[in-house]
Amino acid sequence: MSLKLENVTTTVGGETHIDNISLELSPGTLHVLIGPTLAGKTSLMRLMAGLDKPSTGRVLVDGEDVTGVSVRLRSVAMVYQQFINYPSFTVYDNIASSLRLTRLSNHEIDLKVREVAITMRIDPLLDRRPAELSGGQQQRTAIARALVKDARLLLLDEPLANLDYKLREELRVELQELFKRRETIVVYATTEPSEALMLGGAAVVLDEGRKLQSGPTLEVFQNPASVAVANIFSDPPMNMIDGEIVDGEARLGEDIRLPLDGHLGQLSPGPYRFGVRAGHLSVVSSPGHEFRFGATVDFAEVSGSETFIHIRHGGAAWVVQEQGVHSFDLDQPIDVFLDAARLFVFADSGRLVAAPAPAGGGTPR
Amino acid sequence: MPVLVIVALSTIIPLMMVVNTSVQDIFGPGNRVFVGTEWFEEVLSDRRLHDALRRQLTFSGLVLLIEIPLGVAIALAMPKRGWGVSVSLVVLALPLVIPWNVIGTIWILFTRPDIGLLGVLVNGLGIQFDHTAAPLDAWVTVMLMEVWHWTPLVALLAYAGLRAIPDAYYQAARIDGASAWAVFRHIQLPKMRGVLMIAVLLRFMDSFLIYAEPFVLTGGGPGDSTTFLSTYLVKLAVGQSAPGPAAAFSLIYFLIVLGICLVFYRALQNVGTGDKR
Amino acid sequence: MALIELKEVAHAYVARPGGPEDYALKRLDMVWQDGAAYALLGPSGCGKTTTLNIISGLIRPSEGRVLIDHRDVTALAPRDRNVAQVFQFPVIYDTMTVFDNLAFPLRNRKVDRNEIRSRVHEVAEMLELTADLKRRASGLTADVKQKISLGRGLVRKDVAAILFDEPLTVIDPHLKWLLRRKLKQIHQQFSTTLIYVTHDQNEALTFADQVVIMDEGEVLQTGSPRELFENPRHIFVGYFIGSPGMNLMPCRIDGNAAIVEGAPIALGEGIAERGRAAGGELVLGIRPEFLRLKPSAEQGNVPVSVLLAENLGDFKIVTVSLGKLTLKVKVPEDQEVPGEWAYLNFPPEWTKVYADGRLVE
Repeated sequence: MSLKLENVTTTVGGETHIDNISLELSPGTLHVLIGPTLAGKTSLMRLMAGLDKPSTGRVLVDGEDVTGVSVRLRSVAMVYQQFINYPSFTVYDNIASSLRLTRLSNHEIDLKVREVAITMRIDPLLDRRPAELSGGQQQRTAIARALVKDARLLLLDEPLANLDYKLREELRVELQELFKRRETIVVYATTEPSEALMLGGAAVVLDEGRKLQSGPTLEVFQNPASVAVANIFSDPPMNMIDGEIVDGEARLGEDIRLPLDGHLGQLSPGPYRFGVRAGHLSVVSSPGHEFRFGATVDFAEVSGSETFIHIRHGGAAWVVQEQGVHSFDLDQPIDVFLDAARLFVFADSGRLVAAPAPAGGGTPR
Repeated sequence: MPVLVIVALSTIIPLMMVVNTSVQDIFGPGNRVFVGTEWFEEVLSDRRLHDALRRQLTFSGLVLLIEIPLGVAIALAMPKRGWGVSVSLVVLALPLVIPWNVIGTIWILFTRPDIGLLGVLVNGLGIQFDHTAAPLDAWVTVMLMEVWHWTPLVALLAYAGLRAIPDAYYQAARIDGASAWAVFRHIQLPKMRGVLMIAVLLRFMDSFLIYAEPFVLTGGGPGDSTTFLSTYLVKLAVGQSAPGPAAAFSLIYFLIVLGICLVFYRALQNVGTGDKR
Repeated sequence: MALIELKEVAHAYVARPGGPEDYALKRLDMVWQDGAAYALLGPSGCGKTTTLNIISGLIRPSEGRVLIDHRDVTALAPRDRNVAQVFQFPVIYDTMTVFDNLAFPLRNRKVDRNEIRSRVHEVAEMLELTADLKRRASGLTADVKQKISLGRGLVRKDVAAILFDEPLTVIDPHLKWLLRRKLKQIHQQFSTTLIYVTHDQNEALTFADQVVIMDEGEVLQTGSPRELFENPRHIFVGYFIGSPGMNLMPCRIDGNAAIVEGAPIALGEGIAERGRAAGGELVLGIRPEFLRLKPSAEQGNVPVSVLLAENLGDFKIVTVSLGKLTLKVKVPEDQEVPGEWAYLNFPPEWTKVYADGRLVE
């Protein structure tokens, strides 16, 4: 099944929730909707499912116009952030509930329920009620309920957000396995860049109801089309500084001057915004990280294997992500090293004009 | 389609008949004269109607003034967990499930000066109390009956509203050192706003339309003192056999209630959109 | 600013606890140093929120005593304890302005009007809320509301400790960074004791000087983020900290090496004998950050087959299989990953042995 959204807009009571979005989803693919809260991820998924009708625009399934067709007639399954299960049913009945509305025999239903329960590792819990389960188990039940339908469209709205960090990690790996094996279109909403990167597939970046960029997830990450996308799709946030290209060099802020080599070469003079990821700055000089500038340390956060050093340079507050553990004193002046080949350059309007070449090797998922 | 048919039969057609009657003078079967707005004019200038309206508004006003705060107070006092919850819910619900004319009857008996518990008690204290004789006594009795009957509804709604408040608010208030009154004013009352609006709307409408209980209790008397709007309407239509004016009046009545409902509906909508995040 | 002590504290939510399984918090003794930043880290149900609520007074422990500056406060109500708490969901008083919200705790304690005004302005400036002071609190975004919740804790001059119960849960990732920065600045400026409960290790490790790891009502290890990362004393700590967590492999000891799936792995000085002496179930642990992926079979490298390489932007995670086991290796962004076969190097200083769950040292 292929799903297409054509110029859909949703306005509710004067507020635009979805602003002219067009999207094409092909079968057997995973699409990640990434954006901050209230960006329109849930609204968009509701449009895809048929729970809401767009104010303008069309929704097409396999080329046929289904705008306005009730969700009951479409092949959709949805998993929510809050673990939604029928509280009075056992886990078994919860999973079987949607199958009972079809023409399958009890025996066939039993087979399917048990199969999915084993996949989601809840087969020992089939007799319990949701209130007796932990958060992770409840969400597995909700996912099992969605999977057993074998719907052609599977929507997951931040399904792991209410779970513990470690549990999230584990479930994410399981979900990745699950998604690989099906012909379904899977749409997964999240606010976290690391989750999007782990899931792979194709990313759609949303903000304030508008689609900012779409494409293979890793590509969008490495080539954010605008400052807005760069801000949404990076963790820690991308370090930004205003500057200009003049007299054959790039001037970042007050005192960083770089020659126009590599990908900076074809840029015309004028004002720009420069961005660099926290991981591409260093407090240690190394090949590639040659351009040095002075900054003052605000504080350092040690996170086990790496340190986040919060610095001040000119008026900008930046973060340097450094491997290993380093400690610094408050207001200590340090040298920070920058690899010019990793700079992102954005025009005044916010649009990307130059991006670093992607780092070598490894299969993007 | 079936819904349309049912609505038509149960609402539209009778409504049309009422409109029909309101603009005609009926002398006998087959003998009708179109009189236009004559009945409306007569009704609107009827002094007894104005009295009934005044009484009605006073009544509804008093009802709201007493029942809403009382209901909230009861809800605040109810236990939050344990077996006490089910017990108090059942006890509260009891007055609500008794048929309304039975309620009237209960209170007649209850307040009789000779055999009623309340009647004997009050008279024993030296206060002359007879709801069939004195208008004030009748009013007090009707009010007591109404409050006893319907405050549980407000209490139940308020209780539901209170239960929906997450624990973290109370915990934060304890840490902030807030007194019980501050907790009520700044946390409980604002969070119950939606529920209270519904309670006010329901109670106002119901009390404005009230018929069975006061009719059974006092028959509208002594004299006219407890004749509220609906009682007067029935007297017109049935007692005086004046279908024309009665029809006209009931249309006006209907429009008043409709108007008030719209006002409350708007108010509710605004309350609802207040809390998005 | 004060020293907080928990002496022999235990808590059961049921009225008459039967055995250890009824206890949400098993007996513990803890000392919270004045002015330090602590994190209580653990999965749901481990007892961290219970511990926090016992310190603030929202819960009275079934057993044990709570002391603040050597004074027994176990029977004192929260309002008398000079402790502030910030909750998971922003708790603000909807009907009041931001100013009134911040002033609330002071008004309840009958503080002088002028002092209220100066404190509120001071705190508002610290939290960058000055522009919003006149606005109604109900219309603002979640991160601003959390700042207000935090502000209510900071306005009280005498606050001994500020407790946080998963406060960044509803905040977007981008804003989380800004709020964390704010928390650090507050810590530096006020040097109040801060205790932060979370299940998110990133928050815990970046925030705290000392992290307390809990599981099932018990404290498993207390230490700096670095200690917990480099030297986890318990298998649970190895698994829980680190994303992904420590690679854990059942093994046996033979001579001076550990044998995993038939492959010998060299161990640090003396570890082998102590491991043998300790007995019990032996598990080898090494973090994905410390495993080295090599293209060739140099001395001591273990051959593995490469299952998957995921590019996660700033780094890559390579999943390999060694016999029946699946291991993960974290490699830098630019490193080339071999196609099908590779060799793993286990640096002995980072290779840990656990006997019955506990570190062999």
